[in-house]
Amino acid sequence: MQIFLPIAEVSVNAFTLLGLGGIVGVLSGMFGVGGGFLITPLLFFVGIPPAVAVATSANQIVASSVSGVLAHFKRKTVDLKMGFVLLGGGLVGSAIGIQIFNMLKAMGQVDLLVTLCYVVFLGIIGFLMLIESIRAIKRAKGRPGGRPERKKHLWVHNLPLKMKFRASGLYISAIPPIAVGVMVGMLGAVMGVGGGFIMVPAMIYLLGMPTKVVIGTSLFQIIFTAGFTTLLHAYTNHTVDVFLAFLLLIGGVIGAQIGTQIGLKMKAEQLRIWLAVLVLAVCLKLGFDLLLPPKELYSLGA
Amino acid sequence: MMTRVFALLFALLMLPGAGRAEEVVAALSQSRISITANFDGSEILIFGAVKRDQPTPEGEPLDVIITVAGPEKVETIRRKDRRFGIWINVEAQVIGHTPTFYTVTSTRELADILPPLTDSLWKITPDKRILPGMRGLPAREALIRLRKADDLYRTREGVVTLSEDTLFQTSITLPSNIVEGGYTTRIFLLRNGAVIDSYGTTINVQKVGIERWLYNLAYQQALIYGVMALAIAGLFGWGASEAFRILRR
Repeated sequence: MQIFLPIAEVSVNAFTLLGLGGIVGVLSGMFGVGGGFLITPLLFFVGIPPAVAVATSANQIVASSVSGVLAHFKRKTVDLKMGFVLLGGGLVGSAIGIQIFNMLKAMGQVDLLVTLCYVVFLGIIGFLMLIESIRAIKRAKGRPGGRPERKKHLWVHNLPLKMKFRASGLYISAIPPIAVGVMVGMLGAVMGVGGGFIMVPAMIYLLGMPTKVVIGTSLFQIIFTAGFTTLLHAYTNHTVDVFLAFLLLIGGVIGAQIGTQIGLKMKAEQLRIWLAVLVLAVCLKLGFDLLLPPKELYSLGA
Repeated sequence: MMTRVFALLFALLMLPGAGRAEEVVAALSQSRISITANFDGSEILIFGAVKRDQPTPEGEPLDVIITVAGPEKVETIRRKDRRFGIWINVEAQVIGHTPTFYTVTSTRELADILPPLTDSLWKITPDKRILPGMRGLPAREALIRLRKADDLYRTREGVVTLSEDTLFQTSITLPSNIVEGGYTTRIFLLRNGAVIDSYGTTINVQKVGIERWLYNLAYQQALIYGVMALAIAGLFGWGASEAFRILRR
């Protein structure tokens, strides 16, 4: 069944979009990531203009984060205060990111920026995850009973503007969370991702938050950052396609449930290795496209 | 015989439209195309007849060429080059008004029926129609190449059927990634390498219904559209979480 997308102005098979949403949903259910980093390149691949793909992904992320955060609220694993601090940074970051996006769009370099961001971030994160999960598997095989976890106090935590984050059990400066928020907000606006895959490691390793509140808090703030990004893209670029978002959503929520079931049957370390491999595969594909001479040197449009 | 030759010469010399011995009468299966939610391209049937007030002239057979041109648009074309080891856009050029869609169909090979001079005069083939003044410039050639690759510029020779030198018909497929606007359709009657009559009409392509509504909203009431997009996302996220909670119970 073909559907004509009113904003993207292309006709796409509705089942292809449902399937894409579904696949990404399965992965996000399995690995606990938003999946924005996968859906945006996949949309490029089916012929959605990059600007529409980026803006519409942001809209879709709002829906999947709302769905996810509700479950975390019930389990009381959201640090609202930390969420708001991150959010303050996130909104500033989104606004800056949209400015950068529009500037580069006018210069014709938006594809390059998006692709470079993907290659760099997917590369770093995929690589770190792969190493970490291989180590975890080796440890598990070696001797049971890991080392006791110690709360690390980094120099960044001693900056001024100290705040108490009760749910996270932290008393640290508000500057690092704001900085993390700005970074993730910028990336979200440029890459069309929620930034969960950067936010989660940053919260654990940089802010020292306990793992159990990390995902809920990250989802909570992503709703607003992605929402703000959607609004700005809709307002300044007119590139949010609600038809497209809707189809991806339906596939996404069904896929997420299936993915959660699959995820429960697999070992956590194995899951992380597969996610790392997937992230690296996307990264390599995009990287090669930049390095290999293109078949056609010219391109039309924005 | 002499009078006939004179008549032919006369027709050749005359400006198009005046003193025609053979006239084209044509119709389209539809003059309006609506882009609905399930729009997937459209096929238009173009048919017509040659009206004469004297017997069919002898000699060279009659030929028909039909062109359809989409709305014109100013386009930015960019060139990639290698910088710091990676391929990036290095040069942008704004190219004047070119049709977003252009198709030429004919009864026979264009090389046999359309001399270059006639082609230039009537701007029939893509080469003569699309920025002929910029011929040879890499950006113009790239634009034509890219549009041809997307099947937006096409030349289909021999697909117009002409029977009894009088009735002709063809069908033209408009692609699914179509641009809204007026599609100018021209029909040319040719004999001896000259256009003896032409006919022009416009096909209107427009988004309708929810497509029109959403598009207008996105551009004219961008803030409301954005809020609506968020509301849909929020509601859907909440709905999904509730639905699966109930399902799991």
